[in-house]
Amino acid sequence: MSDKLIKIVRFIGLGFLEPVIRLSRGEETKKNLTEILKKIVAPLASILLFILLWQGGATALYNTEAEYRIEKAFNEQGQEGADKMAACIASGDVSCQPNTLPSPSQVKASFYSLLEDHKIISADKKAFKEKTATLNKQRKAAGEKPITYTGRPSFVDQIITSIKTVFAGFLLAIFIAVPIGVVIGLSDTLRSSINWLIQIFKPVSPVVWLLLVFMIVKTLTKDSESDTSFIISFISVGLCSMWATLVNTVMGVSTVDKDILNVAKVLKLGPIQKVFKVILPSSLPLIFTGLRITLSVAWMVLIAIELLAQSPGLGSFVWEEFQNGANDSNSKIIVAMFVIGIIGFLLDRIMLTIQKFVSFNKD
Amino acid sequence: MAYLELNNVSKTYGKGANATEVLSNINLQIEEGEFVAIVGFSGSGKTTLVNLINGLLQPTSGEVIFKGNPITGTSHERGVIFQNYSLLPWLTVYQNVSVAVKETFPKENKKFRENRVKEYINMVNLTPAIHKRPKELSGGMRQRVSIARALAMDPEMIIMDEPLGALDALTRGNLQDEILNIWNKDKRTALLITNDVDEGIYMADRIIPLRPGPNATLGPEFKINIDRPRDKTSLNDDPEFKKTRNGIIEYLMEIGEERTTTETIEYTLPDLEPKYFD
Amino acid sequence: MALKTQHKRPDIIIENGIQYTSKVMLDLNDLKKVYPTPNGDYVVLENLNLQIMKEEFVTIIGHSGCGKTTMLSMIAGLNPISGGSISVLSNPIKGPGPDRGVIFQSPSLMPWLTTLENVMLGVRQVFPHAKKKEREDICKYYLSKVGLDGSFHKKASELSQGMQQRVGIARAFAIKPKVLLLDEPFGMLDSLTRGELQDVLIEIWNKEKITAVMITHDVDEAIFLADRVVMMTSGPSAKIGDILDIDFQRPRSRKSIIEHDDYYKYRKHLIDFLEH
Repeated sequence: MSDKLIKIVRFIGLGFLEPVIRLSRGEETKKNLTEILKKIVAPLASILLFILLWQGGATALYNTEAEYRIEKAFNEQGQEGADKMAACIASGDVSCQPNTLPSPSQVKASFYSLLEDHKIISADKKAFKEKTATLNKQRKAAGEKPITYTGRPSFVDQIITSIKTVFAGFLLAIFIAVPIGVVIGLSDTLRSSINWLIQIFKPVSPVVWLLLVFMIVKTLTKDSESDTSFIISFISVGLCSMWATLVNTVMGVSTVDKDILNVAKVLKLGPIQKVFKVILPSSLPLIFTGLRITLSVAWMVLIAIELLAQSPGLGSFVWEEFQNGANDSNSKIIVAMFVIGIIGFLLDRIMLTIQKFVSFNKD
Repeated sequence: MAYLELNNVSKTYGKGANATEVLSNINLQIEEGEFVAIVGFSGSGKTTLVNLINGLLQPTSGEVIFKGNPITGTSHERGVIFQNYSLLPWLTVYQNVSVAVKETFPKENKKFRENRVKEYINMVNLTPAIHKRPKELSGGMRQRVSIARALAMDPEMIIMDEPLGALDALTRGNLQDEILNIWNKDKRTALLITNDVDEGIYMADRIIPLRPGPNATLGPEFKINIDRPRDKTSLNDDPEFKKTRNGIIEYLMEIGEERTTTETIEYTLPDLEPKYFD
Repeated sequence: MALKTQHKRPDIIIENGIQYTSKVMLDLNDLKKVYPTPNGDYVVLENLNLQIMKEEFVTIIGHSGCGKTTMLSMIAGLNPISGGSISVLSNPIKGPGPDRGVIFQSPSLMPWLTTLENVMLGVRQVFPHAKKKEREDICKYYLSKVGLDGSFHKKASELSQGMQQRVGIARAFAIKPKVLLLDEPFGMLDSLTRGELQDVLIEIWNKEKITAVMITHDVDEAIFLADRVVMMTSGPSAKIGDILDIDFQRPRSRKSIIEHDDYYKYRKHLIDFLEH
């Protein structure tokens, strides 16, 4: 039974729990203890070390910044100004806090305040919805547009928007890259005639894609009043990230084992059967490798694109906070950084799990 | 005491419920200057046996004794030739052999080492390809480099783990002759692991089958009483060859029959003719 | 030894006073294969004439690079011919087709399919008129014949090389080809497994008597399986060097064959040819 548990744990990428399970069953105590040391204790220790280094670095930067401010006050206003500044910094007053790399505890505090903020905003939203419910019904009956909440989105809302955008972009990439990749991969002529296009467009920067998409979408949606920033950003994300899938699909399809293709020839499989029974399944592992790269690229460029397209999401959150310059802005940016990193990691893990599930040569 | 001795050697991988005993109760004595072939099949634990003798693995129980002392690690005294050549792809033939020579003779001067490398490359007839890299060589030539490398380290014993398994018949035959020539020159002790009975008969003094694992053990030994040098073609007329060969093949067939399972369910074939479309 | 296949194919064979319109299953006539290279044409095969009778098992032996595999893939229709003709039952072949089953050197199964599905792939192709149950029975019959009745639903990628090649054998027989082409099917296996699979192969073959052409470089395998061993000269311009008839009775057992007086005579003949 717990063998099954171990298999599941391994499958979803939590292999480090294996020694714990084994130990709880009393198997090979010594070996499993060293395994735990290697796979759980050592990483935890490294996290601790990381936080310590961060704390130390942040304190050093804080002191440098504070000294600089005091010195500046001294130069401008003499001893009195310097004393005032020192007292102000020591008192923790918002107006004169040194603006530098926040410490771990500040980041933690900001994280909680962002969550608190989210609670307030969603309560507000709920209240607004209740208030406008009857009115909206009337408006709907009258054929008018309902009133929507236009308040500030919370941090969690931003995360959700970003995830939505990245998935829309990712789906777009799949729907463009996989079919085109299969078609190109099947034909040598097509491959050599289109290769230049792929090679030229692949390295183009996300910013340029965004501008290109902006040019086109702006014209196409001239008459529409709706917000085009979401459309622009997800299309840009899709176009930026689809290349890995396209190239891998082409490669997977064009390098199917020759012997296997010969089998298909000897059996005289029709073209459709050949594609679906032989070529696609055998190139699936490579396609999935491409999709994994695509998803991680999509998530990476998303932040930059949101930032530029001013569409809501984590990217614009970071940018706004940076422009904002409030005293906890820096720590909020660091919170966003960790959230971005963790979500990127989770997305990759999910893809890896799906990849393991569909690929035929699993261990 | 024999030159190399394996006494009741067993090797187990894993522990507890997952333990599998790959080799059990291996007993083997090899005398100095002898050429012994072990005929085994894939999955029979050959590689484990080789690694026990060259010192990469330690036995779970029993002992492996080389010249009176238990083997505790790898040693230059025992050279190994692997099936997959294991050459360094970014080095030339000369450099590949040179790495090994430097390792074995760190104290000798440059000239000595250079000569030694050249001598052994010449011995396997690779002088024309001395500055080529492995990927420019055929499989047979790569294996020659690997042989030169192993021998240039001046081992007292050569261990060969299916050295010719990946080569075609003609190249195989040529390399067999080359290995025999080299072995003949200074009568080093040799252990050959192979899956080819004929290769074993042609090259060895004794053949010992390794029964397939798990729990692989050595079978009865077959002495090859055929005078050297042996000739592949005329061997076929040698009654001793026929007798020994048939004996070994029959023994292996018996092992094979033990492995096969009998079918249980009888399926009936529908009486249908295929349709072909042109 | 008389090279009895070097003459042209007669349209009618008279044997014991009975006329056979076509006892010849497979006819290679003046077969030629040329690969163009920058330094002029490279002739792989030339003037190759060979006739293989119905229910005959022929093995082809020769050094690597002598064009054996080229010849077999031309018969399979996977490689275009440069000159001459290949016909099956007097019909010239056009491309590959399931009337000529092939067992490749690597098992080349679809690793994502189960053993049953792998065999089914071909069976569905040539038995479109059969019921689903019947098709399944065909697959199961042949899979059990190669000793895989416990592994119908195992993924091909989970099987060992030897087991995979058993599926390859089942797949080839299940489509009931007129000619079976085997390209060193056991070349990658160790000799014990090779022996087992030879037994499996010959056991099915004894029942079905499908005309078979098999390439091998293993002298013992060639003798054990064949009615005739065709020896090919080394390329370029490879052709048939010699043909050896193997007069052992069928069904054969390995044990009785190796003890037969002629066995080492045949063996010597083949080794002599290969050594020189």
